[in-house]
Amino acid sequence: MTAENKISKVQELVYEIRVGDVMKKNVITVGPQDRMSEFGKILREKRISGTPVVDQGRLMGVISIDDFIRWLAERQEDCPVERKMTKNVRTLYADEPAVQAVNKFDQLGFGRFVVIDRRDEKLVGIITKGDIIEGLLKKLEVDYYDEQTNHRTIQSFFDDVLADKAALFFQYSVTGHDFNKAGETASRIKTTLKRLGIAPQIVRRVAIATYEAEMNLIIYTEGGEIRVRVEPHKILVRVEDSGPGIPDIEKALQPGYSTAPEWVRELGFGAGMGLQNIRKCTSKMGLMSVVGKGTQLRMNISLDDGVASETN
Amino acid sequence: MTLEDVRKILDAEFIACGELLHRDVKTACGSDLMSDVLAFVKPEGLLLTGLTNPQVVRTAEMADLGAVCFVRGKKPDKQTIKLAEAKNIPMLTTPLSMFESCGRLYRDGVVSCFECGK
Repeated sequence: MTAENKISKVQELVYEIRVGDVMKKNVITVGPQDRMSEFGKILREKRISGTPVVDQGRLMGVISIDDFIRWLAERQEDCPVERKMTKNVRTLYADEPAVQAVNKFDQLGFGRFVVIDRRDEKLVGIITKGDIIEGLLKKLEVDYYDEQTNHRTIQSFFDDVLADKAALFFQYSVTGHDFNKAGETASRIKTTLKRLGIAPQIVRRVAIATYEAEMNLIIYTEGGEIRVRVEPHKILVRVEDSGPGIPDIEKALQPGYSTAPEWVRELGFGAGMGLQNIRKCTSKMGLMSVVGKGTQLRMNISLDDGVASETN
Repeated sequence: MTLEDVRKILDAEFIACGELLHRDVKTACGSDLMSDVLAFVKPEGLLLTGLTNPQVVRTAEMADLGAVCFVRGKKPDKQTIKLAEAKNIPMLTTPLSMFESCGRLYRDGVVSCFECGK
């Protein structure tokens, strides 16, 4: 992780994290009819500098230590807090992105915002700049940890092998027309790659590509083999069958072109997007086919550019 | 929002992995075309669909979806539910239509998880 993409990661996270994710819940509140003297007791006991004033969950205003001091200084009679509180409080919705909160903190110079639910406008929490920073740091730490652990297993394996070329190879057989098992091979490949500690974005791309390829084997052929080869810098997948073959490869590669029968479409496939999907997920893809002989699909997923180019 | 919020908004019930009700849902999509889901969906989204075959669970697994909700009161067979449990993919079913379900979630702040051109 370079310093540059760490900054963009933070920027990304400010949009990703919601106010509700980082705010403090369990807010201490007072009712509008509570007396100022009681409010003073709460300030002292809870060591806080202010609280929202809430009536049946609805936010009526905010009362702060400043209001309390002013009331003390003026030596007035004890009264309900609603007469001294600030009304028309600026609030944030819990589902707003944190960046919205950051902007409002900057614009208005407030120390905290009351957070309400968008649906019923009821109070759900309170947020300070500190809460946002804490939330961001936590999230960064988790992401950083993920990245660390994700690269360790496979990397250390290849580091241990002293050779000019090293690779890990595994193979699967797929039975044609067996729809109950469709997706099982892709699932096993996905689990295996995860265990090897390949980055999740890469695993997802390989899983989607092999799933589409597996569906093609099941829909159109009598079955075939899927071979996976993990190298230090790339994953190669080869899918082979022995017929019937594709008469017009160029046509088959066009998005939306499909020869799938209706019953395949009813399963949510056969819309002519499979090979497109595979192309989208791989760094390189090659398709060779001889009618009557069979089809060979090769995919190459780079482990190096994968994380950077991944937009999914 | 969480899956539990989704359940309430859609008058839905959990049929698999109900213990994951606190899982976060920020994005969603509605589709019966699994290839489209595989092609365009971002990870961790909620899939609303009328399809109930095991391929829905497989698609959710491959694309790292957060949860699946079946519309119009549909329920998958036991085998599919078992598969979802094994893969830790929460599933719900709502009596509402696809249109109504998407509308309610969108109204309450859930955005699309399809990656289409702006």
